[in-house]
Amino acid sequence: MFSLKSITDSIQVWLSANLGATGALIAQCVIVILLAIALFAVLGLVLVLMERKVAARMQVRLGPNRVGPWGSMQTAADTLKLIVKEGLTPDGADKFLFNLAPYIVMIVAMLLLAPIAYANNFQIWDINIGVLYVTAVSSLGVIGILMAGWASNNNYSLLGAMRSGAQIVSYELSAGLAILTIVVLTGSLQISEIVQSQADGWWIFKGHIPAIIAFIIFIIAVTAETNRAPFDLAEAESELTAGFHTEYSGMKFALFFLAEYINIFIVCAIGATLFLGGWMPLHIGNWQAFNHIMDYIPSSVWFFGKVFFLIFLIMWFRWTFPRLRVDQLLNLEWKYLLPISLFNLLLVTMIAILGWHF
Amino acid sequence: MGAVYLIALIVAAVAFSAGGILIGKLLNKGSKNPQKGEPYECGIAPIVSPWHQFNVGYYLFALLFLIFDVELIFMYPWATVVKEMGMVALVEIVIFIFILFLGFLYAHKKGALKWM
Repeated sequence: MFSLKSITDSIQVWLSANLGATGALIAQCVIVILLAIALFAVLGLVLVLMERKVAARMQVRLGPNRVGPWGSMQTAADTLKLIVKEGLTPDGADKFLFNLAPYIVMIVAMLLLAPIAYANNFQIWDINIGVLYVTAVSSLGVIGILMAGWASNNNYSLLGAMRSGAQIVSYELSAGLAILTIVVLTGSLQISEIVQSQADGWWIFKGHIPAIIAFIIFIIAVTAETNRAPFDLAEAESELTAGFHTEYSGMKFALFFLAEYINIFIVCAIGATLFLGGWMPLHIGNWQAFNHIMDYIPSSVWFFGKVFFLIFLIMWFRWTFPRLRVDQLLNLEWKYLLPISLFNLLLVTMIAILGWHF
Repeated sequence: MGAVYLIALIVAAVAFSAGGILIGKLLNKGSKNPQKGEPYECGIAPIVSPWHQFNVGYYLFALLFLIFDVELIFMYPWATVVKEMGMVALVEIVIFIFILFLGFLYAHKKGALKWM
């Protein structure tokens, strides 16, 4: 199996030989910073373009096709436009919180990059409570959203932020319970161990029916958590103009927009890691030859392939389902998804104890 | 040791955001006029300030969320040892969830889950 471990290890050895322990640490931090910013920029450009192209395909039109070949530079042009726009702060706004909110949202999105395994042995920090860390940090994002909505001193913003807050905290529960089913099956919170436990098949295949139910619940919950259609009441264009970022313009708006897309990437990465095996190639039990052939596809290709498949799924939802009303949304979570996922957790516990999974 | 990388990531986020906003400020000085400072209400001046009471329903859902979120945190350590403990773990969590579910049913009965 290909591994990036030799590359990262040789960088580590070279740095500590040439710069000493402290110097090596600082150099590594700089590398991490540069990689994280590069990933942010590239993901932002790719995901926004992908969203528009997918939307165009679904509605039988062309989508962006003027800037660059097949419109591939459209997002870069849009970013340039957003940079030169004036960043307005309304007179009545709470200036400090208004300016702080984009930073909070960005910091949360950035912190979530740490425990994700992008490829074999390629991870910023393999923290032993990885899954718990992800749920804990991702729930901080709602603070930034509430802050932005409250500080704007705008009725649309406040309503959008309140809806978004109620929605995110509600759906966090079923997302957390769906994650717990996999933790029960693996018995570990560490991302690398969860990925390793899928070496003989992904959990969605070998976890029996409860894993499939958990996967469906997880996808629904994260769609709601990232405020995507059909759960996009927080920024329902037809009633709230733009929701919590109505008053933001220029680069601050761009930061919210970027953080939103990065969050989609992160939740899809977590979903891919837990249910679809992360960077683990498609392995089937004891089929040695088959598994060996699959190993020739690099692990990063597997990881990003799965993540982009899930992102495509979430974009597909947007053009398939009509938007829910706020009471329907909360009913769906509290009266259906939460009891189902609690029951599903008990079911998966029984299966894990009796050893019925493959 | 890994916690250092978290600080590095925070620095990266702040640098990225601050850099973008600063470049924007440098490229566009902007001009000021009284209309620009008004809250956006599709062209109509807002009648009420948003900083007053809002629907109590949001608060009720936040309370319910708090109960279940704390429950969820108790379940994480439980989930890691299920396989070692066997049936005892299942029985215990059934009792735990049952008690919480009673509270949930009570809230449902009182109409806390109904959107006004």
